[in-house]
Amino acid sequence: MKNILKITYLIILLLTGTYQVNAEEKAQLLKVDWSFKGLFGKFDRASLQRGYQVYTEVCASCHSMKYVSYRNLAEKGGPEFSIEQVKAIAASFEVTDGPNSDGEMFERPAKLSDKFVMPYENVKAAQASNGGAYPPDMSVLVKARSGGANYIYSLLLGYEDPPNGVILDDGVYYNKYMYGNNIRMSKPLSNDLIDYVDGTAATEEQMAKDVTTFLMWAAEPHLEARHKMGFKAILYLIILTILVYFSMKKVWSRIESEV
Amino acid sequence: MSDQEYVPKSKFGKWFNDRLPLLSLASHLTDYPTPKNLNYWWTFGGILTFCLITQIVTGLTLAMHYIAHADMAFESVEHIMRDVNYGWLIRYIHANGASMFFLAVYIHIFRSLFYGSYKSPREIIWIIGIIIYLLMMAAAFMGYVLPWGQMSFWGATVITNLFSAIPFIGEGIVTWLWGGYSVDNPTLTRFFTLHYLIPFLILGLVVLHIWALHVPGNNNPVGIDIKKPSKDTVPFHPYIVIKDGFALLMFTIVFAFFVFYSPNILGHADNYIEANPMVTPAHIVPEWYLLPFYAILRSVPDKLMGVIAMLSAIFILAALPWLDTSKIRSAVFRPLYKQFYWILVVDVLILGYVGAMPAEGLYLLVARVATAYYFIHFLIILPILGFKERTIPLPLSITEPVLGGSSNLSTIKKKESLN
Repeated sequence: MKNILKITYLIILLLTGTYQVNAEEKAQLLKVDWSFKGLFGKFDRASLQRGYQVYTEVCASCHSMKYVSYRNLAEKGGPEFSIEQVKAIAASFEVTDGPNSDGEMFERPAKLSDKFVMPYENVKAAQASNGGAYPPDMSVLVKARSGGANYIYSLLLGYEDPPNGVILDDGVYYNKYMYGNNIRMSKPLSNDLIDYVDGTAATEEQMAKDVTTFLMWAAEPHLEARHKMGFKAILYLIILTILVYFSMKKVWSRIESEV
Repeated sequence: MSDQEYVPKSKFGKWFNDRLPLLSLASHLTDYPTPKNLNYWWTFGGILTFCLITQIVTGLTLAMHYIAHADMAFESVEHIMRDVNYGWLIRYIHANGASMFFLAVYIHIFRSLFYGSYKSPREIIWIIGIIIYLLMMAAAFMGYVLPWGQMSFWGATVITNLFSAIPFIGEGIVTWLWGGYSVDNPTLTRFFTLHYLIPFLILGLVVLHIWALHVPGNNNPVGIDIKKPSKDTVPFHPYIVIKDGFALLMFTIVFAFFVFYSPNILGHADNYIEANPMVTPAHIVPEWYLLPFYAILRSVPDKLMGVIAMLSAIFILAALPWLDTSKIRSAVFRPLYKQFYWILVVDVLILGYVGAMPAEGLYLLVARVATAYYFIHFLIILPILGFKERTIPLPLSITEPVLGGSSNLSTIKKKESLN
């Protein structure tokens, strides 16, 4: 029994270890004590709401979020804006709908059921406006980068002057956490770039943390439900395992053999 | 089946059983005499059945929401993750379930290697097992393509391109596999079809695997033949059922931990980027369970030879019952084999590790040495060992080991006095 536990543990270590080593060798990422980590990890509601503000006011001018709908903003486990607030948010965007009965496409204010309006018509348009680089869609961005939330946070704060001797092309910036250190996005955050609705001081670190939390939620909107169910499921399994263990001992006591 | 003597009690039961002996089958399965000294390594057969059924059930549910089209697959997976009720749970169980399936199958295979379960008269069970393992790899590979992320696309490109190594007709075969001149929508739809088909083929082979097992009965940690039924055996139900159940529960705790708390740790981040034929990822790596074979493939400089080496690494297992010349099954009584066994385990783990690393410098050298050793183990060490090794004397039965040998002796005495 003990051996099995030991070996299982070893195998898990090996499996996860391989992948950690496999992660790109880059500058050590900044680590944040995220509220959504751990067995009971939950999003910080206020941080999500501020993060949404950073996203709309800063990121959304270039980065789409095409798999997220406005209604998600009011759903449980998310920023949990009120329905009225989200309706107002949605209504501030215009979407193309149609064709109507005359066969014409028309513009209307967005509704709860609409996906986030994209900043560009298509990838080509996005590239044309960004010097050939495509600002990646942010719906699952946190999951699409090794290092996850810590990587995004680090990247946002990782801008610095290039080391001596490194010459950058036009429209390319130096970021110590970026793969290859060259990034097409100019430094997006600076102190007091926005005025937080809730009055929080908008430092670079604060904004980076808030927007990363928001992006984590966008990538894993059911994270809270998952953690909650996981705890219950594992607790249930452990209790059941203990009960079955004693039943097994009882059954096997009829024949004198080790089990 | 040797249970012809089973007679149902009810009249209807008898009438039915005479026409379709389902009740006889059930009786055979519950009474099936199983060696009572089976340890926990023997519980992985049951665990694997659970894995297969979990994959089929979650897979069916996912297939109801998934769209196998190059332009919509990635989006439909996000739809499952966000909008389908508990879609995230079903998909994470399915994705991690594949890893759990392979974890269990590797333990199952290495248990068989340690206790010599592949030896006469169990060769057919073993060979069916190898075919199941091959089909599992095919199913897992095609399943990984379906989300249509970057690793899906480029993994599919790399693996299908292996066929181009075949002389003369290779290129033609690759075009035929793709259904075009690159991995694209036709490739995705056929992979989806095959991914849906293979689990049911596996299910059929599992039935044969168990059927073939029930002819000679289980091997056991001592590795000697036992009389069935006898005091060396216990009926499958309830003894083995509850023990398998207990082990399965332990396994599901590990499984649940991955699903609920690190659902993406075994996957590659790049697969959350939608497939883009114009952008090649920095490193293309397969899922962890294929890494040892990937390392073998890359350790050979010639493409064709690499493919042959990789396939041989799997097919060599099918010849194992004849490559291992020792008549003694269990490694417990083979002091030298036991050591070579553990060296092989380490060798495969090393292959897995270097398979995840770039094929250059020291990694490549290590991969080559480990690949060479893998084949040396099966082709040279095992055949010779059977003739040269001085084995430890076998006990006469599993309950009465060699005189003065076992700590079990006292319990045996106690039991006999009870009788």
